[in-house]
Amino acid sequence: MTPDDFALLAGILKERSGLSIGPEKTYLLESRLNPVAKKNNIANLDELVAQVRLKRSEPLLHDITEAMTTNESFFFRDAKPFETFENAILPNLLADRAAKKSLRIWSAACSTGQEAYSLAMILREMAPKLAGWRIEIVGTDISQEVLEKAKVGIYSQFEVQRGLPVKYLMKYFTQVNELWQIDSAIRAMVSYKEFNLLKDLKSLGTFDIIFCRNVLIYFDQPTKAQVLAAMSGILAKDGCLFMGAAETVLGISDVFQPVPGQRGVYGMATAAPATPKLNSLQSVAG
Amino acid sequence: MKSCLVVDDSKVIRMVARRILETLDFEISEAKDGQEALDACLSEMPDAILLDWNMPVMDGIDFLRHLRVSKGGDAPVVVFCTTENDMSHIVEAMKAGANEYIMKPFDKEIIEAKFTQVGLL
Repeated sequence: MTPDDFALLAGILKERSGLSIGPEKTYLLESRLNPVAKKNNIANLDELVAQVRLKRSEPLLHDITEAMTTNESFFFRDAKPFETFENAILPNLLADRAAKKSLRIWSAACSTGQEAYSLAMILREMAPKLAGWRIEIVGTDISQEVLEKAKVGIYSQFEVQRGLPVKYLMKYFTQVNELWQIDSAIRAMVSYKEFNLLKDLKSLGTFDIIFCRNVLIYFDQPTKAQVLAAMSGILAKDGCLFMGAAETVLGISDVFQPVPGQRGVYGMATAAPATPKLNSLQSVAG
Repeated sequence: MKSCLVVDDSKVIRMVARRILETLDFEISEAKDGQEALDACLSEMPDAILLDWNMPVMDGIDFLRHLRVSKGGDAPVVVFCTTENDMSHIVEAMKAGANEYIMKPFDKEIIEAKFTQVGLL
């Protein structure tokens, strides 16, 4: 692929999804676009680039964007954020909302649904405590294809072994030949929606917790700042934003501030976030 | 350094598992069937056991049942690692006292994730 070809495709990606890729990602671009060429009956990548230049057909540009923005997802990825969610963040949010009995969680760029379903399983484990609560988990992604997989909730043997404890596999999955489907009760806890993070977030409503992990790393600085500002507009004043362990808002946006003692968790800078009480903090740290 | 007994009748699988577990800082011993594994455990209990199901002489589930009623046999963390990949086998293994379950084929990421979940890493 020539530098010109790369620049053309990178420009399309940036414009449509916000994704920024540098020339060091040429290999990734090629490996992801070969299946797109095949699917569209295009002989090779040169031919694909030629077609993009020639007619910019919407379905083709859609397929290219989708192939490049699809990311790997595991159940309980990195483990720690889910422990923090369950033990440090959730108890305080639930106490603060005891009268309203309502909680909304957003899994942004949810891919094939593992993060949203991990949260659903944690909440299902706490079902007795949550009787009478209205709990909504919303998963969004720019790719319709991954959302279809998320909705069906069928995963390969490989996928159900990376991060998912076997006790959850036994409790919440049903074997379908060589594959595993998450039970309808858990699927019903999550609603999925095709959504581009660069669009107006307000249509999604307000959330108490946002998981947006390992997503913004693909955006350039101004786009990161824009998305963070928009997220602050739909997060409850005492809500929390979970980001990836290697990500930070520092130096990009001042609308969020780190929640002390909780790596990767951010609260609104303007209000006191639902930080854990000192003793619960210690129990989690210990 | 924690110890892990790798129990599998395939020499190749034992070698692959050994290589993965050594990079995770385990001291490895090997057994090629359940009886050999039980003898090894009765002389010294390992911290962890990676356990195949189908083996000659004594299979993995029999070994596990014997282990769990042996003196000190409740201590080792037992992770099944087998081609048996249906729910009934998983349920049977967990009822017999397994701590986790890996369906072959496995790779380093799966072993690492499962060993982390059961507190070995």
